[in-house]
Amino acid sequence: MKAKKVITAFVILAFLAALTVVLCCSKASDTVKIGVFLPMTGGVASYGQMEWAGIKTANELKPTVLGKKVELFLVDEKSDKIEAANAVSRLIKKEKVVAIIGTATSGNTMAGASIAEEAKVPIISPTATDPRVTQNRKYIFRVCFIDPFQGAVAAKYAFESLKARRAALLIDQAQDYCVDLANFFKQDFVKMGGSIVSSTFCQSGDQDFTAQLSAIKASKPDILYLPNYYTEDALVCKQAAELGVKVPILSADGAQAPELISIGGKSVEGFMFTGHFAKEGATTALAKQYIQSYESKNKTDASGFDALGADAYFVLIDAIERAKSTEGPKIREALASTKNFAGVSGVLSIGEDGNAKKGMVMLHVKDGKFRYLTTINP
Amino acid sequence: MIIDTSAFIQQLINGVSLGCLYGLIAIGYTMVYGILRLINFAHGDVMMVGCYFAFYGMLLFTLPWWASFLMAILLTALLGVLIDRGAYRPVRNAPRISALITAIGISFLLENLGLVLFGGRPKAFYRPEIFSGIHVFGEVRVLDLHVWTALLTLLIFILIYQIIYKTRIGRAMRCIAHDMETTRLMGVDLNRIIAFTFAIGSAAAAAGGIMWAMRYPQINPLMGILPGLKAFVAAVLGGIGNVRGAMLGGLLLGLIEILLVAARPDMAGYRDALAFGILILILLFRPTGLMGERLPE
Repeated sequence: MKAKKVITAFVILAFLAALTVVLCCSKASDTVKIGVFLPMTGGVASYGQMEWAGIKTANELKPTVLGKKVELFLVDEKSDKIEAANAVSRLIKKEKVVAIIGTATSGNTMAGASIAEEAKVPIISPTATDPRVTQNRKYIFRVCFIDPFQGAVAAKYAFESLKARRAALLIDQAQDYCVDLANFFKQDFVKMGGSIVSSTFCQSGDQDFTAQLSAIKASKPDILYLPNYYTEDALVCKQAAELGVKVPILSADGAQAPELISIGGKSVEGFMFTGHFAKEGATTALAKQYIQSYESKNKTDASGFDALGADAYFVLIDAIERAKSTEGPKIREALASTKNFAGVSGVLSIGEDGNAKKGMVMLHVKDGKFRYLTTINP
Repeated sequence: MIIDTSAFIQQLINGVSLGCLYGLIAIGYTMVYGILRLINFAHGDVMMVGCYFAFYGMLLFTLPWWASFLMAILLTALLGVLIDRGAYRPVRNAPRISALITAIGISFLLENLGLVLFGGRPKAFYRPEIFSGIHVFGEVRVLDLHVWTALLTLLIFILIYQIIYKTRIGRAMRCIAHDMETTRLMGVDLNRIIAFTFAIGSAAAAAGGIMWAMRYPQINPLMGILPGLKAFVAAVLGGIGNVRGAMLGGLLLGLIEILLVAARPDMAGYRDALAFGILILILLFRPTGLMGERLPE
C-alpha cells in the first residue's frame, strides 16, 4: 500500500515538474506578452467588456508580431482608481509585459500612467479622452480624440444645428473626464454667445437625479449637456422624462453602451452624442473586416468602445512591427511616429504628444438603436 | 437660488419617495441591531440579491411581475435566515467584533458572488405598466410609483410594527432585545426568534430593493452598497434599534438630501458627504438618535 502511495506521489510530482518546464519555456521564447487592464466589473464594466471583446477580435485578425504569437494578459481594474494603479504595476513587475493596452476611462488611465512612465513601458489607451492623460508623459498614448475637440464640436452642434442658447449642465464630478469635458463645452458655448443657465453635479453611482433635474427644469434651458457615463445618462433621461423636462439632451462618447438603451428605454429616443465610431460611417478596409468578424462572434453591433479597443491593439502591433523590437523605448518611438494608420475607427496619426489626430462622429438614438448622423473632421 | 412653490412641492415629493426607500431598508438594520447588537453590513447586499431574484424570476421563469416580486421577497427572507444560520449563529457567543467582521465578510461574499454569477454589467429592470403612470398637477408631476411606494412602505411598516408590538413572537423579540439570557431562561427558543427577525428584515429589504430597482431601473451587483450605508445612517439618525426611528430617519435623510440639492444645485455632489456628515454628528452629539431610548453599550 505504502509503495503504491509513494509511486502515485512521484508520478504527480514528475507531471507537475514537466508542466512547469513546458509553461515557463513556451512563455519565454516564442510569444510577445501584451498586458491589458480594463474595467471588467464595477460602474463602467460595459466599457471594459466591449473593449476586451474588440481587442480579442483584433487579436484573432492579427495574432502575430515580429513572427511571434501575441499573448494577451488581462487584469480587471474594477472601475476603481486604486485597482487601476495596482493592475499596471502587476502587469509590469510580475507579468513583465512589453506594452499595455488600457484603460477605458481617463481618471483610471492617469492612475496607472506614472507607474508605466517610470518603468518605460508604453500604455496605449483606447478611450481615455481627457487631455491631461498624456500631458507631460512620454509613454502614454491613445487612439481616440481628446475632449477639447469633443466639447467644441458639441457646443457648435448645440448652438448652430440645434439653435440652442440656454444650456444646462449635469456633471458627474467624480470623473475627471466629465468635469473637463463640461468645461470645454461651457467655454465654447459661451464664446459663441450662449449662456449656461444651470450647472448641477452628481457622483458616479448616484441613482437619484430628481433634485438636480427639478432645478434644471426651473431654469428653463433649451439644451441639456450631459457629458457622463452611460448608466448615469440612462437614469437621468428616464427621470427627466418622468419630471417632464422636455429639452434635447446632448452627451459624449461615454454614452455609447447598449445599456443606455436597455435601461433608458423610450426616454433616450432622440438622445444625441459625439462618439468615436458608427458602423454606418466606417470607411477603411480594416473596419469592414473587423465589423464582420466582431459581429459574427459577438452577435451584437460593432460600436465605439469595441472598435477603439481593436484600434489600440492594431496601432500597438503596427508600432512593435515598425520598431522591430519589444523594448519599451523603441516601441514608444514607433508609436509617436504613427502616420495615417487606417484603423477601424478611421485614419489616425499619433504625434509626440501621444494624442491621436482623427475625426469624430455624431450619433443619436432612433428606434432603440444607435444611428449615425454625420462625421466631423478636425 | 429662489425656489417657487410648485418646484418646492415637487422636491418634497422626490424627497419623501427617496426617504421611504431608505426607511424600508433601515427597518431591517434596526431590527437586527435591536435584538443582536449586530450591525448587519450585508443588509444592502441582501437587498441587491432580492432585486436579482425578481429580475431572474421575470426573465428566466417568465413569471408575471407580481408573482416574481412575491417570490423574490420570500426567497430573500429565506436568504436572510440562511445567512444567520450559516454565518452569524456560529459566532453568537463570540465577542461582538467577530460578528461584525463576519457581517462584512458576508457583504463582500454576496457582492463578489453577484459579480461572478450575474456579471458586472448593469441590467435593465422592468417596471410594470401599473406603476408607470404619471399625474400632472400644473408644474408638479407625481408618478404612480411614488404613490405606490408611499402606500406599500406604510403598509409594510404597519405590518412589522403590529408584529413587534401585538404578537407573541414580537413580544419575544422585544424580550431578547431587553435581556437575551433571561429570555432564554424563560424557555424562549432564541434561534427561532432571531431567524424570524432576519426573515422579516430581509423581506423588507427585498421589498425596498424592488421598489428601488423600479424607480432607478438598473441593477448591478454593487448596487446595495450605497443604499445600504445610507439606510444605516437613517437607522442611526432615528435611533438604532427602534423601528419607528428607522422609518423617521429614512424619511428625514431622503428629505434632507433632496432639499440640499434643490437649494444649492451646485452643491449636489456633496450629498453623500452630507449623509455621512450627519452620521458623525449624530454619533458625537446624540448617539441614541432621535428616538432611541437606550444608550448602546
